[in-house]
Amino acid sequence: MARKKSVYGPIYRGREGQWSWILHRATGVGVILFLFAHVVDTAVVGWGPDAYNRVVAVYHNPFIQFLELVLVGMVIYHAFNGVRIMIIDFWPKASEYHVPIFYATAALFVAAMVPVTWIIGRNILEALF
Amino acid sequence: MAVTREPGDRTDAAPDETVQLLMRIRRYNPELRADPWWDEFTVDVEPTDRILDALHEVKWHHDGTLALRRSCAHGICGSDAMLINGVNRLACKVLVKDVMPKVTVEPIRGLTPLKDLIVDMEPFFAGYRSVLPFLINDEGEPDRERKQSPEERERYDDTTKCILCAACTTSCPIFWGDEEYVGPAAIVNAHRFIFDSRDRADRERLKVLSEKTGVFRCRTTFNCTEACPRGIKVTRAIQDVKRAILFDRY
Ligand code: FES
Repeated sequence: MARKKSVYGPIYRGREGQWSWILHRATGVGVILFLFAHVVDTAVVGWGPDAYNRVVAVYHNPFIQFLELVLVGMVIYHAFNGVRIMIIDFWPKASEYHVPIFYATAALFVAAMVPVTWIIGRNILEALF
Repeated sequence: MAVTREPGDRTDAAPDETVQLLMRIRRYNPELRADPWWDEFTVDVEPTDRILDALHEVKWHHDGTLALRRSCAHGICGSDAMLINGVNRLACKVLVKDVMPKVTVEPIRGLTPLKDLIVDMEPFFAGYRSVLPFLINDEGEPDRERKQSPEERERYDDTTKCILCAACTTSCPIFWGDEEYVGPAAIVNAHRFIFDSRDRADRERLKVLSEKTGVFRCRTTFNCTEACPRGIKVTRAIQDVKRAILFDRY
């Protein structure tokens, strides 16, 4: 059934479910974009170790390392939220507890990001100062 | 505007106390302008009035050209679903005191606006019709009622409450973006018959809903559950149908 889209006003004030879905999409796209770059940099190994090392050396700067931190964050969020979605799909009662489940997922995400930020963040700071 | 009250009725406001409510209403009239615009009205209402009363106040005393749908004014006909302060609600179920001092009213999204707060509901009802929302049983006329246990009735009790207001369907981000998705309300009404022990057409409905325009478009954002003015656990019903398709003997 064809239907003309309505003219969109301000954003719909959805709650946890809507925002977790938007983040899931955004992180999914982010990760796949990295994957393309990753396929390219790995393919360079076909031109020999020298070429590969030169390309990978680009990654050793604080800005790219910061992007790596973001990348790990996106992967972790996407993974945890994916598990959350599976719980909601397969456990009938989960529909009633989807808000606490969301916050539990968020807490796990933060907990996982603490050591990651510590490790990568230290490298960034060392590179900067 | 005066509201009839029975003695002993509870109200948080003194009778006849009036307040001023600022209403921002998204207007649209293709005969006047190509694009929608915002109008503002300040109306005198009582805190215990509903947004529908405030809209009446606008239509009857400020601007008679304001177009909106409503019928029962008591939350059962499903005519006046609107985007009120950014969420889908029935205008006849939101109280003025809960939005004071101002409120934003827009038409529901994802359906073509016709005029002001009125949208073309036909695609919504087309989705509804596609799931065969009526009892199908080819076992011949029974000579008495078809028996059902309380447990069997309980299974689809929640989804019998739908009033087809489209608040759920037009709160769904997937429905906004996907022209073909049947939407939450159609699935709720399919659920009502799929899990009815007297019905024999669950196979046909599950077939419709297992297509790419069906339940698996749902991304469990729960906007629908939050929007339903009847308190139906819409996402839960959709998940029930997904699991029926996954695990049942089809
Ligand atoms: S006017 Fe009937 S549901 Fe609000």
